[in-house]
Amino acid sequence: MSQLFKRLSPAGDAAGEDLSFHPEDAPLAIHDLTVAYHRKPVLWDVDLDIPDGKLVGVVGPNGAGKSTLIKACLDLIPRASGEIGIYGKPYKEQRHLVAYVPQRESVDWDFPVSALDVVAMGAYRRLGWFRRVTKQESENARECLDQVGIAHLADRQISQLSGGQQQRVFLARALMQDAELYLMDEPFAAVDAATEEAIVSLLRTLSEKGKTCLVVHHDLATVTTYFNWLVLLNMRIVASGPSETTFTRENLQKTYGGKLSLLEKAAEALRHTVE
Amino acid sequence: MNWTSFDTWIVVVGALCAVACALPGCFLVLRKMSMMGDAISHAVLPGLAIAFLITGTRASVPMFFGAAIAGVLTALFTQWIARFGNVDRGAAMGIVFTTLFAIGLILIRQAADKVDLDPGCVLYGALEMTPLDTVGSTDIPRAAIVNGGALLANLAIICVLFKEFRLSAFDGALADTLGYSSQFLHYLLMTMVAVTTVAAFESVGSIIVISMLIVPPATALLLTRKLPAMLMIASLAAAGSAVIGHIGALVVPAWFGMDATTTSGMIALAAGVLFTLAWLFSPTEGIVVKRFRRGKVEIEDRVSPAI
Repeated sequence: MSQLFKRLSPAGDAAGEDLSFHPEDAPLAIHDLTVAYHRKPVLWDVDLDIPDGKLVGVVGPNGAGKSTLIKACLDLIPRASGEIGIYGKPYKEQRHLVAYVPQRESVDWDFPVSALDVVAMGAYRRLGWFRRVTKQESENARECLDQVGIAHLADRQISQLSGGQQQRVFLARALMQDAELYLMDEPFAAVDAATEEAIVSLLRTLSEKGKTCLVVHHDLATVTTYFNWLVLLNMRIVASGPSETTFTRENLQKTYGGKLSLLEKAAEALRHTVE
Repeated sequence: MNWTSFDTWIVVVGALCAVACALPGCFLVLRKMSMMGDAISHAVLPGLAIAFLITGTRASVPMFFGAAIAGVLTALFTQWIARFGNVDRGAAMGIVFTTLFAIGLILIRQAADKVDLDPGCVLYGALEMTPLDTVGSTDIPRAAIVNGGALLANLAIICVLFKEFRLSAFDGALADTLGYSSQFLHYLLMTMVAVTTVAAFESVGSIIVISMLIVPPATALLLTRKLPAMLMIASLAAAGSAVIGHIGALVVPAWFGMDATTTSGMIALAAGVLFTLAWLFSPTEGIVVKRFRRGKVEIEDRVSPAI
């Protein structure tokens, strides 16, 4: 396995990096994962090892099982078979190491809470049952909002934020969890350019700190600029590896199948940007 | 109007009952599960009937257990039918609570000779009668103790688990990933609703209680965007509707030359009136204010291009 990884690793990274890669200690190691809704498989026999410290983009067509993959990692949905290791142990023992950014539509934004309240929820794991949010954690939450550039909106009720600001609140909440592995479900969906930039710089900062981020993404034009590791998913894993070697026409074709023309355009666009 | 200590107790019982319902009601409304209150308030009936048939008394403790079990079963059956029967939640709820309510009615009819639980009372209660049933040699009605107990229990649970309830109501998936079982909190809330409903049952019946669970919280949600304030305003609106309701029941029919009407019905009506007022005049959500504001924006729009 480490041999294989050495081969897949981009030459540039190899110099300073320790390449003794043990899948059992990987931030995320999935084996034989199958998930089905009403007996229809959504994920089929997924094997995936995510190396430490990568910015991982997960792409695939609608209904490819991207969100399901994340939810399965978090034990939010039952799986038909398979094992998932988070740094070598089941999720139940590693909750404190994982932060989750759900899709923005998954919650009711009319709910009577302020942005700061939502971000402070990221500290609940540390606080435990019955304990209230401390002053210190409140301060931390404010700092996390500051990191995503909306500290001035801390006391706003969340329905009075724009879509992009709401997304940033979710990211700040994940930061608040102070995790090692960040699982994000479409954070770039329907956000403004400023938010997109803020998210990208946040991802870079996390990556510099050695954190691993797995991000469901939908925009093929930006995927190789934002991420250094790619997972192509369509019910099965089509390919997983460094962006440069994985983002190939052949792989994309296998992932997206019929929607070739769209793909060609994307690949074309990419070739231009790379050149 | 001839106000006696009797009337005061009716208002106190009504208010305790309404506030006890409004507290868990806030979370039902926020979870978009208002109909679950409806379902549970009906479905506790067989629990009550069975508890009565087994113990032969109307003692509170077995009744509460019967109701709590029936309430949790309603939530459980609803979830199962929705998942395995592949029907939507609303339909599943409709199947479960009507069936359970029917079983309850049949059991009560069967036991009707021995019981003073009559179907009419089941629907709208007998709030006016509660001051007759006092505790020991005091003037305190048993219903005031029962509803007050439910209120204190709800208040205590919500104070202690405020953070947990808010988290699971806002984002259940996040609650689960953080190690707070949203299932547990869901069933705890359902149990609270069931127990509160039973406490309120004798006083206001299973229909009016729905209004108490839902209307004051919905009113509060129009007036504030903060959860603690919402709980407070809902409680005030609930207590207020009890006071207005009873006075209304005494006064309004007299205007039309009729006798005083049922207080529980008037409480629900008063709650509805308060909701309407909030809907019209809320400073943030009120349609009057919104209309006014929209007018202003239009004027500004029309003015700005000229500048």
